[in-house]
Amino acid sequence: MNAEVNITSTRPQLPPGTVMSYHLQRQSAAGGDAESDLLEISMGPHHPSTHGVFRMDVVLDGERVVRLKPVFGYLHRNHEKLAEGMTYLSSMPFTDRLDYFCSMTNNWAYALAVERLAGLRPTERAEYIRVIVAELTRLLNHACLIGFLTHDMGTMGTPLMYAFREREKILDLFEELSGARMMCNYMRFGGVRVDLTPGWVAKAQKLVAEFPRFLDEFEKLLTTNEILLARSQGVGILPRTLAVNASVTGPMLRASGVNYDVRKVDRYGIYDRFDFRVPLGDHGDVYDRLMIRFLEMRESLKILHQALRDLPGGPVMDPKAKLRSFRPRPGEVYGRIEAPKGELGFYLIGDGSPNPYRYRVRPPSLVNLTVLEDMCLGHTVADVVIILGSVDIVLGEVDR
Amino acid sequence: MEKLSLRMVGAGLIRGLVETARNFTGSYCDPARLTTVQYPEESLPPVESARTFPFLVFDGDSQSGLRCVACKICEKECPPQCIYIVSERDEKGKVLKRPKVFDIDISVCMGCQICVEVCPFDAIRMDVKFELSVFDRFKPLLLHKEDLAKSNEYYHSIHPLEARETDLRLAAARAKQQSKTEGTKSSSSASSTTKAP
Amino acid sequence: METVEQIKVRLEAAVPGLEVEVIPNPNSAEQPSLRMGLTHILAAARFLRDDPSLRFDYASNVTGVDWLDQTFQERQRQRVLVDGAEREVEITVQRIRPGYLEAIYHLYSMELGHGPLVIRQRTANRTDQCRLVSLTPIWRGAEFQEREIYDLYGVVFEGHPDLRRILMWEGFQDFPMRKDYVEPDDYEYEPTPHDLVLEKARLHYGHGGRS
Repeated sequence: MNAEVNITSTRPQLPPGTVMSYHLQRQSAAGGDAESDLLEISMGPHHPSTHGVFRMDVVLDGERVVRLKPVFGYLHRNHEKLAEGMTYLSSMPFTDRLDYFCSMTNNWAYALAVERLAGLRPTERAEYIRVIVAELTRLLNHACLIGFLTHDMGTMGTPLMYAFREREKILDLFEELSGARMMCNYMRFGGVRVDLTPGWVAKAQKLVAEFPRFLDEFEKLLTTNEILLARSQGVGILPRTLAVNASVTGPMLRASGVNYDVRKVDRYGIYDRFDFRVPLGDHGDVYDRLMIRFLEMRESLKILHQALRDLPGGPVMDPKAKLRSFRPRPGEVYGRIEAPKGELGFYLIGDGSPNPYRYRVRPPSLVNLTVLEDMCLGHTVADVVIILGSVDIVLGEVDR
Repeated sequence: MEKLSLRMVGAGLIRGLVETARNFTGSYCDPARLTTVQYPEESLPPVESARTFPFLVFDGDSQSGLRCVACKICEKECPPQCIYIVSERDEKGKVLKRPKVFDIDISVCMGCQICVEVCPFDAIRMDVKFELSVFDRFKPLLLHKEDLAKSNEYYHSIHPLEARETDLRLAAARAKQQSKTEGTKSSSSASSTTKAP
Repeated sequence: METVEQIKVRLEAAVPGLEVEVIPNPNSAEQPSLRMGLTHILAAARFLRDDPSLRFDYASNVTGVDWLDQTFQERQRQRVLVDGAEREVEITVQRIRPGYLEAIYHLYSMELGHGPLVIRQRTANRTDQCRLVSLTPIWRGAEFQEREIYDLYGVVFEGHPDLRRILMWEGFQDFPMRKDYVEPDDYEYEPTPHDLVLEKARLHYGHGGRS
C-alpha cells in the first residue's frame, strides 16, 4: 500500500474578513435559545434534492439541525431474495440496476465474486477491457456527482449539463460496446460478453485525450467560485477516526485523510500493473469531497491511457466458463471492488446448485449514510442538502 | 489545481462566468459544444449493436421459415420471465418444431439480451425500435408471434454486421450437414447446434 | 496476517471463557470463518479491533443468513430380534439438525491493510431464541446493516442503539428474507380488483377474493 499519495493541502481560501465567510462566524455563536421549540420536518421522499426517494426526519432548533434520522426503503425491490430464486447469470442484469449510474462496475463486482466461487479466471484481454470500462464509469460518475452537488448548491444545472455532455460521449462508447447505454449487462463469469468493436479503441483514446481539457474547464468554472467556497469549506466535517469506525469507504473516506483504496489494497484484476496515485484530503469537509473527485478523475485518465495503450489481443472469455447449467462449487466468498461510490461487495453462499443460497450486496451508499447525522448536527437545513449530496448516494444501491 | 490568491472578492465568480460565456458562444460555431439534435425531425445515426426488445427472425416465409423450434431455452433463461411459449402439436399429439404461441410481454422485458445469447438456433434477436408508446398499459404491450416475426432482410437492415456473420455461420453449418448426410447416406439428421455469439 | 487458527488461539488466551470454533469453508481457496459464542463475543470483538498486530478497525459487511431445519438420513446397523433370531439389520435413522439464523461479519484492517477475517454468531433456533449480540458499539458501521438483518430476518440485536425496521415500513409484519416467508396475495393486504391478485386470492379463499 505504499502508493505515492497526493494531499489536497493547498486549496483556495476566501480572504479573511469577507462577508461571505459567515459560516465561520456562526460556529462560534453560543448555542441558541433554550426556550425555542423544536420543529420536526420530513425532508423527502418526494424532494428535488435528495438524490432519489430518500427521506430524512430532521429535528430543527430554529434553522440548526438537532437530530437527523435517514429513512429509506422506498426503492426496495428485494433483489437479494429474487437472486436466490434465479440462476447466477440471471442476476447479472439486476446488478445493473443497483447503482444505476455505474452499471459496469456493479457487473464487475458480481462477476468477480462468482469467478472466485467457481474458480474461473478471466482472460488478459477481458481484464484490460474491464479496467477500461470501469475507469470510464468512474469518470462519468464523478463528473455527474460534481454536477449534482453543485446543482444542490444552486448553480441551477450549468456544471451538471457540462458533465452530462461528457457523460453522453462515454455512454455512446458503452452503447457501441454492449448495446445499451446504462443497463449494460456486459460482464460475464470468465470474461466479458463481446469483444470490442473495431474503432472503439480509437474513439476511447480520443475521448481520453480530450477529457483533460474538459476537466480544466470544469475546474476553472468551479474551484475558485466564492459561493462554493463559502458554502462548502468547513461544512460537514467527518473526522478520520469516525470515518474508519463507521465503515465509510470510497472518496468520502479518502477526503477525510485515510489512505484506503480497494484497488491498491486488494489489487484485484490487473490494477497492480498500472501506475496511479491515491488522492487524499485534509479536512474532510464538503469541499474536500468535491475536489477529491476532480483529482480521482485525473488519476482515472492516467489508468485509461495506460490500459488503452497496453491492450493485448486474444479471446475475451475463459474457455472453461459455461453460460447455461452453470453450477459453481459450494462455498462462501466475499468479492469486493472499488466502485466509484465506495466499496461494493458481493457475498455469495453457493451450495452446488444453479441458484445461490445466499446473495448479499454490500452497498457503499448505505454504509456511508451511517455518519450523515454526525456530519449534519449544528448545521442549517441548506447545509444538510449539500452534505447529503457529498455523500454520493444512489437509492438503487441503498435499498436494493 | 492552481494555488490562487484571491485579491478581489468575486474574481472566482467572474472566471466561472467566462467559462459559461465560452460555452454559450461556442455552441453557435463549435460542433463539439452543440451536443443535441432536433428530435423528432432529426435523429442520431443508428448504432450497430443497439438493442431494445427481442424479435423472431424468419427466412423467407413468416410461417414456415421461422427459425424458432420452440425449444424453450429462452423462456427458461429469461430473468424477469417475460416469454411464454407453447409448442405446436400435430393432430396425433406429436410435438412439432414450431411455436404455436410465442408471447413476449415488453412491459416486463428488460432488454437484457440473455435470450439472444442462449438461443442455439439464432432465432431470436434484438430489435432497435423504441418509439413504442401505446395508450393501454397491458394488452398492446403483450406481443404475439405475428408481431414478433420479422424477416431476415429486416434483420440485415438493422444489424448488418451481425446478420452477415450469422448467415455465414448458418450456411456453413448447413453445408457441413449436407456433406455429412451425403457422405454417410444415413437418414439420421444431426441438427446443427450453433451457439449464439 | 496470521492464519485463522492462530487468531483463534490468541482470542482464547485474551478472552477466557470464549467459545470459538473454526468453521471450514467448502471453497478451499477462500478463508474459513470463526464462530463465536454469544456470551463473550463483545470482548472478543474489542480485542480484534484493538490488538496492535490485528487492528481490525473496519467492519466491511454484515450479512444475515437463514438456515432451515435440516433432516439427515443415516443408515445404521443394529442388532434386532427377527423371527426369534438376532440379526443385524440396516435401518435408516432420521436426525434433525435445528435451523438457525446467523450474522456474518467481514473484518478488514485499514491501518495494517490486511483482511478479511470472517466471524459469525448464531442463534439457538429460528423460532423463539433469535437474539444476537450487537457489535455496533465496537464498529459503528454495523449499525444500519444489523438493522437490516433485524428487519429482514427477525434477529434481535441486544445492545443496538436504535433497532427498528430500515427497509420495510413500520408496521410490516413478518420477515421477508427468511426461507419460509410466504408472500401475501397483495401487498396492500386486501385484494384489490385486478386479475392477477384475484387469481391468487381465489386459490386461498375459494370465492371472489375478499377474506
